[in-house]
Amino acid sequence: MEGGELYTERTRLAVAGARANVAAVLHNQPRRDVILNTVFAGLLLLAILVALAGLVALLAQATVKGAPAFSGELFTNVPSTIDPGKAGFRPAIIGSLELIGGVMLFVVPVGVGAAIYLEEYADRTKWWNRLIEVNIQNLAAVPSIIYGILGLAFIVRGTLDLGFILAAGSLTLALLVLPVVIIAAREAIRAVPASIREGSLALGATKWQTIRHHVLPASIPGIATGVILAVSRALGEAAPLLLVGATVFVTFDPTPFSPDGYSALPVQIYQFAVRPQEEFQALAAAGIIVMLIVLLAMNSFAIWLRNRYEQRW
Amino acid sequence: MTEEERRQAERAGAEPETPGPERGLAKPIAVREEHGQIEHKDVVFSSKDVSVSYSGKAAVREVTFDVYKNNITALIGPSGCGKSTLIRCFNRMNDLIPTAKVEGQILYHGEDLYGPDVDPVQARKLIGMVFQKPNPFPKSIYDNIAFGPKLLGMSDIDDRVKHALESAALWDEVKDRLDENAFGMSGGQQQRLCIARCIAVDPDVILMDEPCSALDPISTGKIEDLMLDLKEQYSIVIVTHNMQQAARVSDMTAFLIVELDSSEQNRWGRIVEYDDTEKIFTNPSDKRTEDYVSGKVG
Repeated sequence: MEGGELYTERTRLAVAGARANVAAVLHNQPRRDVILNTVFAGLLLLAILVALAGLVALLAQATVKGAPAFSGELFTNVPSTIDPGKAGFRPAIIGSLELIGGVMLFVVPVGVGAAIYLEEYADRTKWWNRLIEVNIQNLAAVPSIIYGILGLAFIVRGTLDLGFILAAGSLTLALLVLPVVIIAAREAIRAVPASIREGSLALGATKWQTIRHHVLPASIPGIATGVILAVSRALGEAAPLLLVGATVFVTFDPTPFSPDGYSALPVQIYQFAVRPQEEFQALAAAGIIVMLIVLLAMNSFAIWLRNRYEQRW
Repeated sequence: MTEEERRQAERAGAEPETPGPERGLAKPIAVREEHGQIEHKDVVFSSKDVSVSYSGKAAVREVTFDVYKNNITALIGPSGCGKSTLIRCFNRMNDLIPTAKVEGQILYHGEDLYGPDVDPVQARKLIGMVFQKPNPFPKSIYDNIAFGPKLLGMSDIDDRVKHALESAALWDEVKDRLDENAFGMSGGQQQRLCIARCIAVDPDVILMDEPCSALDPISTGKIEDLMLDLKEQYSIVIVTHNMQQAARVSDMTAFLIVELDSSEQNRWGRIVEYDDTEKIFTNPSDKRTEDYVSGKVG
């Protein structure tokens, strides 16, 4: 009928109009938005390129300079100031490994214990607990040379009076990385859900039993990652070690308590780098590669360990 | 006094000469008039004027009622009426919340549960709890159940694990995979695991805080059947949002409401009525109860 046809025509026009409207909105991206999006993405990309550029430049320079001196013998030979061709990093590598062994021995019980206290037992409302918490964050940012001075004053001389032995260097480095371990352990402990704790307590377990059987086992991956990352940092620190006795030019394998002195990788690299001869520069660069290999191995192990034990709640 | 004379004296309202410590409501046996017969029911929990507040703000006020042995006691009521807060008083879980304060008196088999020489850890060995969201430990099924008994130094752990899983109607489903991680089970199975874990330490009471609200109807049905079996041996208190569940499984029901103060800023819960489930759902004494159970108010 007529009315029917008119209705159809009107509807057709209305639909066409609505569609055109929708299309206009959907396909019309304001030019300003497009430009801003691109610029922003570009800036972010630039940021990461700048960060990577520094790292790449360092690696490239070390590799290029160190390649001529790099060989397997670097890991087995003792250093020499007379014949750079025969020099190696053996005492430094052993010294570094012993140092970080000592760091782990100290930092794991003390760091994990402090983290458990702060997370499970400390009353957050008390002002002294809040003070401790703030200060641990600060300690992680203190320059490492300060720890060297601290070690010299109280560990090598002063209170502990250990002398310039490797154990003293270990202790100094341990204090340096302790805040990092405490923070990582706290994060790991905090990640354990309260429901697990409640379930254990509801069965009649004490607080310590709950921590020992449920909280700690679940936080071990996080704690282990924190410890290994802290130890990686300790491996690369030269400044504090320079003050607590790692300056001696050592050609034998160092031991923790021997008074004859010790050496460590970053210090040995430094000792080679300050020599004017070209060969020693190359040797220092090769030493950097050696240290990077050790660091890479440790970090890969940390990541593997973390992935293997990752809990999914 | 003969037995008959004693009952007559009680009916007349005199205090029964029950042996036991003279501490508040030291009445281990309650006498209830039912269908013209005296029924003796052991009282497990006797709460008198129990109030709980968080940082000074009241959550539950003046709760007075008795929980009887081998009964399923349901706490029902609208959201925010403090049912969870109240049930957590019975195993001293509110101690874990620093801002919580519990006033009033709760007697557990005649002993003051909040007495100065009562160790909450020991209390929780007798009064177990199952939570709303299943919370198995991130260990194997066997280790989940064995944790409690090992802690308590019980012997024959293997037998205990088997018995607990059988009691929770879970043994047939998991007997071949006891070493698998508990998280591999479905939600309903995990909740039954939590119930088995609770049973393994041989408690006296099982508190259940909305045990089925995170589960599907079929698992809910299985757990309700389980509860009816369990009440032969244990006393159960259950908080539930589901009125039909309370009607199906419980023997006694307490109905709580939310009260507001004059400024309408503060709200707390209060028991309105506590009676046989049948009576609460068919012929309640209080109009508010009737409105709630018939669905007139949420």
